Amino acid sequence: MSDLTAARSPNAARALTQNSDSYLRMVRARRMYSGLMIALFVIAMILGFRIVEGRSAGGFWDGMPKVLDFPAGLVTEAWEKRANLPGYFVEFFPALIETINIAAVSTLLGAALGLGLSLVSTRGLAPFPRLIPVFRRIMDILRAFPEIVIALVLIFILGGGPVPAMIAIALHTAGALGKLFSEVSENVDLKPVEGLQSVGANWWQRMLLGVVPQVAPNYLSYALMRFEINIRASAILGFVGAGGIGYELRNAMTFGTGRFDISAAIFILLFLTIVFFDQVSSHFRNRLVHGVTR
Amino acid sequence: MSMTTELGAARPGGVPLQAAMTLIARKRRLALAVPVLVLAYLVYVFFAFDVPGLVQRANMDNARILVADSYSHKVHVTRDARAGEMVYAVEGENKGRYPEGTMPAWVSGGFDDTVIDLGGGHVVRFLPDRRVTYDMPDVGMIQIDRVDGGIVAQFPGYRPGESPDWASVSDSRVSITTDAGRVSVTRSKDEVFRYFPGWELFWFTLDSPYHGRGLGEILFGPQIDPARGNVVGAVADFMGNPMWRHADVFWAIGETVLMAFLGTFGAAVIALPLAFLAAKNFAPVVALRFAVRRVFDFVRGVDGLIWTIILSRAFGPGPLTGALAILITDTGSFGKSFSEVLENVDGRQIEGVQSTGAKPLQRYRFGVIPQVTPILLSQILYYFESNTRSATIIGAITGGGIGLFLTQAIQTQKDWEEVTYYIVLIVLMVMVMDSVSGWLRRRLIKGDDAGH
Repeated sequence: MSDLTAARSPNAARALTQNSDSYLRMVRARRMYSGLMIALFVIAMILGFRIVEGRSAGGFWDGMPKVLDFPAGLVTEAWEKRANLPGYFVEFFPALIETINIAAVSTLLGAALGLGLSLVSTRGLAPFPRLIPVFRRIMDILRAFPEIVIALVLIFILGGGPVPAMIAIALHTAGALGKLFSEVSENVDLKPVEGLQSVGANWWQRMLLGVVPQVAPNYLSYALMRFEINIRASAILGFVGAGGIGYELRNAMTFGTGRFDISAAIFILLFLTIVFFDQVSSHFRNRLVHGVTR
Repeated sequence: MSMTTELGAARPGGVPLQAAMTLIARKRRLALAVPVLVLAYLVYVFFAFDVPGLVQRANMDNARILVADSYSHKVHVTRDARAGEMVYAVEGENKGRYPEGTMPAWVSGGFDDTVIDLGGGHVVRFLPDRRVTYDMPDVGMIQIDRVDGGIVAQFPGYRPGESPDWASVSDSRVSITTDAGRVSVTRSKDEVFRYFPGWELFWFTLDSPYHGRGLGEILFGPQIDPARGNVVGAVADFMGNPMWRHADVFWAIGETVLMAFLGTFGAAVIALPLAFLAAKNFAPVVALRFAVRRVFDFVRGVDGLIWTIILSRAFGPGPLTGALAILITDTGSFGKSFSEVLENVDGRQIEGVQSTGAKPLQRYRFGVIPQVTPILLSQILYYFESNTRSATIIGAITGGGIGLFLTQAIQTQKDWEEVTYYIVLIVLMVMVMDSVSGWLRRRLIKGDDAGH
């Protein structure tokens, strides 16, 4: 190849070397930029780490050897008193059910609210197109609220228990699912909607009969994914006083050494629950998205 | 009936109509059954969560305090009998005290002859012998006296010992709450609250020379504090505001973002090499691949809450625990999703690099990394954004960042204006992270050709 070009004219050869020179220069410059970025990133990580370490009670290297102490103590104690574990499983099962209920109800309510919000904030479907930005902002704000903020404030008013957690998670879920739902609905085929409109269907009928059947598999899949996330969130909120297994866990942790078998039992319950629902949900999500026929 | 079978038979090769009808009927039953089941479940939960009991237990007074306090503040005028002094303080806090010798404009007089104008014709007077009178429009003069060490209140139009429902009267305490303010008289002190809209002393406390000055005055006016330039002094006094602690709060926000940053990117750095071991097309040993996958699943399943508890035992309270908890949990999530990305990588590019005689590490560097970088970075950024939210929550549990400030302020049950402030900051922080990460992700996906 190069022989051919070189043979044609010396000018072309020079142009080629110039080309390759400038290409190499570009690659080098780009490499330098990526190298610089990586160096900056490493510096940021180290610096950030040192800042965080300085503002914490214990240092990283002091704590590192102790990381396994607690799990080891937990495991030995749970093993020594393994006869107690089944009893604890039974004892804390209602609390576990409560945690799952919080997640399930908040996913249901949040999905319903998110569905409504997504329909009124999707171009082509919204009954009041002018209000689309308003509803989008509402979803952004709902999404930005960490669950704990709403939960703690509601606990102050309503007292501890599952309802504050449920409301908090449902609101966050509405924002998160609303956004995902409206991304799905943006790609919806509008022909069935127009068809329904032509026979005089009102907005509700158009949405229910024209849009929902198209998007239901994707919506369900997202809602299931959210359910997984919400189980974790519900356990965490329990830990700050909103009932369920998280609350029992916090109480168990205060018992300290000697009663670690209770904490271990709750850890196991929580772990198994999370893994179980992850598996179930991913199984159904696969079926929904890839449409396995019966 | 005969017609349907006929029709069904009339379509050779098609689904018999009978079958289609049963299918539709089944779907219709399902469409009806699902809402019924959901409704039944909600009814069950309604009672399992004891919602009727909750409605009774709900403390609407707390709600009112919360809402009122979140947008307004009160100034206390206190006659302290034990110390024998008058105290004027915003929210009754030491940090909000009026400097010695000054008082709000709507108060006049001294210890034995204070006149407090609550506005709208409501006037409270502190008189000698710890008498208190409250001149209320449409009601008249309420007199509160000390008789034999007890407190006696006389309301116009009521017999002695009786009181209207907006006042609570006992032998040791009288308190009157109206729209204009609140009067409370106890054995040790007489106190009047007047409410004002807005957050008190948000910019500067009363001891700062910049209190009550406008922005224009500070920026362009003559020098206020002879020792400092206006802007420098104002910024220092704002940041050091002892009531709102702006500098600490901003630090806490930064700390929360930092926790999320360290956790997310640390997890990504650890997960990337492990993801190669867990990806079908790169895994050197099948058994190892299986083991790494199980580790990812385990780490993800244990969940951030449990990791936070375990780590806080080793590293104590503070942001370090939070950052490491995020790091460990997300190593699992990243490991799983990264390995899925790697499994979908285009093999031809790797072959191309291999054909030039590249060694395995070089093949990864030049054949794989440029392909997957935009996808991985996009995922990392998405997690970074959602982890700022998690960092707030973890901070509330382990004590670090803005989460700690938030829980502390909520636990005092009275600093709702601070709670509101923190919530506003948290929501702003999350929204800023959301749009920054969204912007970066869009740029990455649109992708200039720079993949390395």
